[in-house]
Amino acid sequence: MADPTVTVNEMKIREVDFNPEFISRMIPRIEWKALYEAALSLDVVGNLSPELITDYEKDEDFLKEAHRVLMEVEVIKGFLICPESGRKFPIENGIPNMLLNEGEVGDGPAQSEALQEDDSMQ
Amino acid sequence: MLKFPNEESVHKYMTRSILGRTVMEVLAHGPTRASVCEQLKALPVAETSRYCSEENSFCWRVHSFGKKIKQDKRLDLIHQFMVNLPLIGRVDLENPDDLFYICEDYGPNPNSAPEEPFYVYVGRKVTEGQRYLAHQYSVKTRHFIGNTSMDAQLSLIMANQGGVKPNMFVFDPFVGTGSLLVAAAHFGGYVAGCDINVNTIHGVGKSSRSFGKPRGEVTLRGNDENILANMRQYNLHDRYLDVMVSDFALNVWRKQELFDVIVTDPPYGIREKTRKIGTNKHYDELEDQTLEGHIPSTMSYHLADIFKDLLNFSARYLRLHGRLVYWLPVVNADYSDDHIPQHPCLKVIANSEQKINMTISRRLITMEKYQSMQNINPLDQVEAEIKTRTYEGSNAIRKIYFPNNSGSQSHNKSLPLT
Ligand SMILES: C[S@@+](CC[C@H](N)C(=O)[O-])C[C@H]1O[C@@H](n2cnc3c(N)ncnc32)[C@H](O)[C@@H]1O
Repeated sequence: MADPTVTVNEMKIREVDFNPEFISRMIPRIEWKALYEAALSLDVVGNLSPELITDYEKDEDFLKEAHRVLMEVEVIKGFLICPESGRKFPIENGIPNMLLNEGEVGDGPAQSEALQEDDSMQ
Repeated sequence: MLKFPNEESVHKYMTRSILGRTVMEVLAHGPTRASVCEQLKALPVAETSRYCSEENSFCWRVHSFGKKIKQDKRLDLIHQFMVNLPLIGRVDLENPDDLFYICEDYGPNPNSAPEEPFYVYVGRKVTEGQRYLAHQYSVKTRHFIGNTSMDAQLSLIMANQGGVKPNMFVFDPFVGTGSLLVAAAHFGGYVAGCDINVNTIHGVGKSSRSFGKPRGEVTLRGNDENILANMRQYNLHDRYLDVMVSDFALNVWRKQELFDVIVTDPPYGIREKTRKIGTNKHYDELEDQTLEGHIPSTMSYHLADIFKDLLNFSARYLRLHGRLVYWLPVVNADYSDDHIPQHPCLKVIANSEQKINMTISRRLITMEKYQSMQNINPLDQVEAEIKTRTYEGSNAIRKIYFPNNSGSQSHNKSLPLT
């Protein structure tokens, strides 16, 4: 397994209405491998498929698992970790803090690509 | 008067109308009462049988514009008009199946209103708009607010401009207390936001409610004052994705067409100077930033850069035909369409002025992404630009709005600008 991109001290499962249309819309915008690995490091994999399948819109079990991991697992306290730089971003009260310190901010153009994050939503 | 293909489309339209009160089907209209009565009398049975039947209860009302009409005169009018329709149902003042309106227009000046109206319409009510939502979502009764929380009615209008529909992913990069997200979630959007202010996002610090409190007394925010709690208050929490603390000047998102709609009210630098993380100090002079609780220092974030970043971000992160909706502050004497920030992937589809006072306004700009970044020839302009220099320099807007007093924040509390 790759280095974790998220670590957790406190986690909550929040019940959220299952909406297959929304999950189907979101899947193409997610990097599946990163999601799966984040689920592994949080120990919430359950029946989440390791690979993205074709025709996922029609597979309710697949969508339900995606829904559970995307919408219901909430890291209350922990860290998001940048896979490239190893920089840790704290999560407090379920809210990630992505602020850099002034010394980490270059003079480069705004919207720089320095920071990439794989699992920013939940 | 509007033309609709059928009644169903009227109902559909009005489920999204935030400002519209009532839609009525015009049965007759003309410059005199007599001509309108003639038209009513001449309506074919095929028409009138839709609402004139034994089972159909009804009621009549009078609406006058530009003149007050006394109660007994109203009753006269009602009688005068209604006898021209073959109404055979029961009268029901409380809960009629059909409500008929007589609308009389007496011109714009109530002090010199004519004896007879300029124009008369008779109509049948079809449906109502969503004006009640402004009350339902009023910030006055909202759990968590801040001093720049956006008015509920305007937030709903912004969600409409953005074309928010169920299952869309809606993002506000300057989320504050999340007012725009509440409105987007009302229309079925799934919402997320970012803000640089840790205290706002976590809802810690001073409460913005001074209501009923002795002067000068500071109230602290409760433990659960945050955006998620607001979403719960309105039973919209299933559509809450997340919020993050981040500086919009520094991108944190993997490059992809991620959002369906971006709605935002950027900081203008009127209440506070606009900031982003950074420093002009030399690296050796910086304090140890790894200390816990270190607060990153900030430098000013020029308005021109905020808008250009917003357009560049939207051009990259909106899906094709997704929309960006935001407020642009302008000085009326100086305004031309050249003030509107431009981007080769985005086109302006609406530009609506809200007057703040005689000299200044803000404009609600709606843009649509009509081509993807990949389609742009890299030799052409690929970044956002603003043709004028209005928004350049630090505190650009403050200098424009308060030319003699750009540093003071105290006298402009009443501006609904931030
Ligand atoms: C006009 S307020 C938005 C208010 C919001 N619409 C609401 O209803 O509460 C602008 C917000 O932008 C935030 N902000 C200012 N500079 C920022 C930056 N560089 N990056 C991200 N957010 C920033 C401020 O903290 C403030 O909450």
